Amino acid sequence: MEHELGFALRNAWLILAIPFFSFLVVGLFIRPRAPKLAGIVATLAVFASAGFAYALAVEYLSLGGHDGWKTIVPWSFEWLRFQEHLAVHIGVIVDPISVLLMVVVTTVSSLVHLYSLGYMHGEAGFGRYFTWLNLFTFSMLALVTAPNILQMYVAWELVGASSFCLIGYYFEKPSAVEASKKAFIVTRFADLGFLLGVLILGYFGYQIASEAGGSAQAFDFLFLTNPEVMGKFSALGAGLFGIPLLTLALLLVYMGGAGKSAMFPLHIWLPDAMEGPTPVSALIHAATMVVAGVYLVARLFPLFATSGDALLVVAYIGAFTSVFAAVIACTQDDIKRVLAYSTLSQLGYMMFALGVASFEHPLGYTASMFHLFTHAFFKALLFLGAGSVIHAVHSNEIWKMGGLKAKMPVTHATFAIATLAIAGIWPFAGFFSKDEILAAALGSGHTGIFTLGLMVAGLTAFYMSRIYFVTFWGKAKTEHASHAHESPWIMLIPLVILAVLSIGAGFVPFGEFVRFGAAHGEAHGINPMIAAAGTLAGVLGIGFAWLLYRDGLAERSGVIARALGGGYRLIRNKFYFDELYLFVTHKIIFRLVAAPIAWFDRHVVDGGVNLSGWSARVFGSAVSYLQTGQVQTYGSWFVGGAVLLLFSLWMLRA
Amino acid sequence: MIEQLATLAPGPFHWLSLTVLLFAIGIYGILTRRNAVGILMAVELALNSGAMNFVVFNKYVAPSAVDGQIMAIFVIAIAAAEVVVGMAIFVTLFGHRRTVDVTRMDQITDAAGTN
Repeated sequence: MEHELGFALRNAWLILAIPFFSFLVVGLFIRPRAPKLAGIVATLAVFASAGFAYALAVEYLSLGGHDGWKTIVPWSFEWLRFQEHLAVHIGVIVDPISVLLMVVVTTVSSLVHLYSLGYMHGEAGFGRYFTWLNLFTFSMLALVTAPNILQMYVAWELVGASSFCLIGYYFEKPSAVEASKKAFIVTRFADLGFLLGVLILGYFGYQIASEAGGSAQAFDFLFLTNPEVMGKFSALGAGLFGIPLLTLALLLVYMGGAGKSAMFPLHIWLPDAMEGPTPVSALIHAATMVVAGVYLVARLFPLFATSGDALLVVAYIGAFTSVFAAVIACTQDDIKRVLAYSTLSQLGYMMFALGVASFEHPLGYTASMFHLFTHAFFKALLFLGAGSVIHAVHSNEIWKMGGLKAKMPVTHATFAIATLAIAGIWPFAGFFSKDEILAAALGSGHTGIFTLGLMVAGLTAFYMSRIYFVTFWGKAKTEHASHAHESPWIMLIPLVILAVLSIGAGFVPFGEFVRFGAAHGEAHGINPMIAAAGTLAGVLGIGFAWLLYRDGLAERSGVIARALGGGYRLIRNKFYFDELYLFVTHKIIFRLVAAPIAWFDRHVVDGGVNLSGWSARVFGSAVSYLQTGQVQTYGSWFVGGAVLLLFSLWMLRA
Repeated sequence: MIEQLATLAPGPFHWLSLTVLLFAIGIYGILTRRNAVGILMAVELALNSGAMNFVVFNKYVAPSAVDGQIMAIFVIAIAAAEVVVGMAIFVTLFGHRRTVDVTRMDQITDAAGTN
């Protein structure tokens, strides 16, 4: 690390500074005066940070990595100092996964900014939109470059806040307000777990760091994932309920990650978050912010692997979420909701890929990051394509679209590419990453999860083809759909770039760059059996969808719905999870917990406060009669007091 | 007869009782009179009791010196000056308010006397 670093690495702080200052300048100075210009400046700033991120990535990769990639912290400063070994730094960590995320975030963000210039054209609050988008980009970069868990936590809340502002962008719409509150409250609730986990790690980390001495900092990732430190952590023994302390801390941290990544049962906010503008869904709720949870687990992967049990929880919750969401996605009619459930499902994929990884079988780690990488591109493309369609048809309902194949050729082609990519068809990006995940699941001996993964691959291909066929094939089903026309070029350019990335991203020799431990053989090449199984699942899914939906009419698909009966209704209503949550919060928490507390507050706490105020007032008005304003009265008191004093002195004389 | 008179001659106790009485009457007047001139008169009583104290102590503690008597004359002179100033104030006050009743002099907030 001592040898000469290049410009980008020496000035790594720029990766945070560019979007941050752009946010301030755009938000405070340009937006109120020239909203149009605000959009352009914000977009240019994000393009600049994308360029910088590429430069940084190239420099980092040129440092070489045959004996494993080094983790370096080229820039950091002390921000808060609690204790000698408990200081919080703000800095930039550079290692393969942070470089990966920097590239993904800035690429998708800049394309989404560009797309938004067209999509949000003429909206009120154009400047406000770009301000928040810039803030989000900054926060996300601060999150992925965090060298310690507390910076990550701060950035974590910042992305939550900017997500809140963007979901509630159409704040005059009650449903958008509801959705933004829901997203914020659910993720905030999950972050409570994250904070507790951080505190546990910090508390014991501080003790370990103090023993170690030197410059050890309890919050630093490099410290936490140090093998010796991890050994001490796992030797801590049982905490609450007999769960080992390390596992407990990691499960709490994972709770935060599960909230952000919308893992079951904290998934309910993500589908509703689609109330935000579509490019926001593409950037925040598909490509970047929601993978923060996956990134967090990957960041702490050595600790998770040490604990083992925590990683199993990650794996099973991830696998369950991926199936659960894929099943729901098959029944939804809102194009963005289908994509949202698809995102849930794919996030589950990434999570269980991490979950099946271990020190012995680290392929899942690579596979998860690989899928994060490819998914960011094709899912952003799907959302932006959906946005282009919504822009043309003025509806989210797939049954109000249809026949857009000829009218929107570029959108159609790119959407088709993305659909094939997510369905896992060779040579599109999704094929490679999904194959690797399945190989990781099988290779580590999790046959059950492998089977579920295969099933999800088929379901994914099915529901994605379903919305593809219904949207683009058949006949136009509404007035708007028949008069639809292609979106402006400024929206098509990002689509085309992302389509190219969705094709090309799979060919990146990913295992070379992102891996855990030394180079491992399994990452190279493709297991023909697994690839065949995955492709078969995808083709079956697409074929089945083609049978049902190729003319885009509801009658044919209704057959299945009728056959399933109540089961179909259950799935279509998302297993009544929203209702369950409403029941729990309203009937149980509000009525049984909040209401008594409110009563106590209103009567006992407020009563106490009122009593003290009232007694002071009564005492004051009683005493105020002494204040007559008459010098003679005061004089009488004075003389009386003086006489009393003299008398008592006389009585007490020795 | 002369001797009887001599035994009746007042001692320090008598004189001091007189001054205490005088002072108490003065204080009582200051605290209870409503007429400012009455208060001024009461103040004179209190002052004169003080002046008399000086003379009494001069006579019984240091008969050869005259310091106490000089102080008494000072007190009388200052009391005269004080009466002049006090009366001048009262005359002006009376011009403004048509009264020198001190219980009605409880407004220092505004000169116009609106309340």
